[in-house]
Amino acid sequence: MKMELIQPFINAADAVLSQGLSGTTKVGNLSMEEDAYRRKGVAGMVALTGDIEGRIILDLEPQTAVRVASHYAGADLPESDGLIKETIFELANQVVGNAVCALNDQGFHFRVHPPMLLTAAEGDKTSEDVEALMMCFETSLGNVFMNVALRHNKRRMSDHATVGL
Amino acid sequence: MEQFAPIKRSKDGQPVRYLIVDDSVFARKNLARMIESFGGQVAAEAGDGLTAISEFERTHPDIVLMDITMPQMEGIEAAEKIVQAHPEARIVMVSSVGYQENIVAALQRGARHFVQKPVKPEVLYEVIKYVLGEDGAVATGAGAGV
Repeated sequence: MKMELIQPFINAADAVLSQGLSGTTKVGNLSMEEDAYRRKGVAGMVALTGDIEGRIILDLEPQTAVRVASHYAGADLPESDGLIKETIFELANQVVGNAVCALNDQGFHFRVHPPMLLTAAEGDKTSEDVEALMMCFETSLGNVFMNVALRHNKRRMSDHATVGL
Repeated sequence: MEQFAPIKRSKDGQPVRYLIVDDSVFARKNLARMIESFGGQVAAEAGDGLTAISEFERTHPDIVLMDITMPQMEGIEAAEKIVQAHPEARIVMVSSVGYQENIVAALQRGARHFVQKPVKPEVLYEVIKYVLGEDGAVATGAGAGV
């Protein structure tokens, strides 16, 4: 997976989390995931289709998710509150949306699908052409994990080339 | 949340009424809090484009804040349908997917403005003032109802 695809997601997550959590974030560990995805807590997944296909997962440990959602809500939320899941969904949506804007400026075209809750403890094993990059953003409220698995849609890209797009 | 000078309707000095359309409950709550800080009133909420159309018909809000990526019917299509039936409708698209293609499509199909998520209250406030134009008035000081 090329860094040119990843960097917009790192920038977007950094910007969205910094603004939303009113503090600085630090990009921590980056690693390639070869095994199936293991969920850490409350995880929202956004799928992309188009010139680049794949998915982005934003994943927070349960207590971090409660702290983050409570911060946005301006009140302490119980762990069972449905707003916690919604907050993670919307954060995932904002990160993906902002990253997609940057990639669109580079000529890539996409469709962003509504976020989905990741309920399984373990996801699909990544294939050779869909490598996943796992990164951790250290925030004042805890770590936010982002897993990005994308690939070029070669057929779409060649279609664009044929018609001169 | 920061408080802003209330924006009222020029014609009667009443709070501006909003329809908030977003499939995310979180986003709707967030926007509702901003609207309250602008002195506005949430007339209705909708979680998809189809419901947005029916809620518009029911409540006739002054402003619609419309997300783009939603289930059933996306925001741009819903905005187009509302504007076709009500050319006076003021629709502001509020989306994280703010690339030029989307913005142009939304404006061509009837939206008045576009605000990128994450929404900054001060940006939304200025956009609302702009979109209301002479139909909105910023109340300055006590007794400035209009």
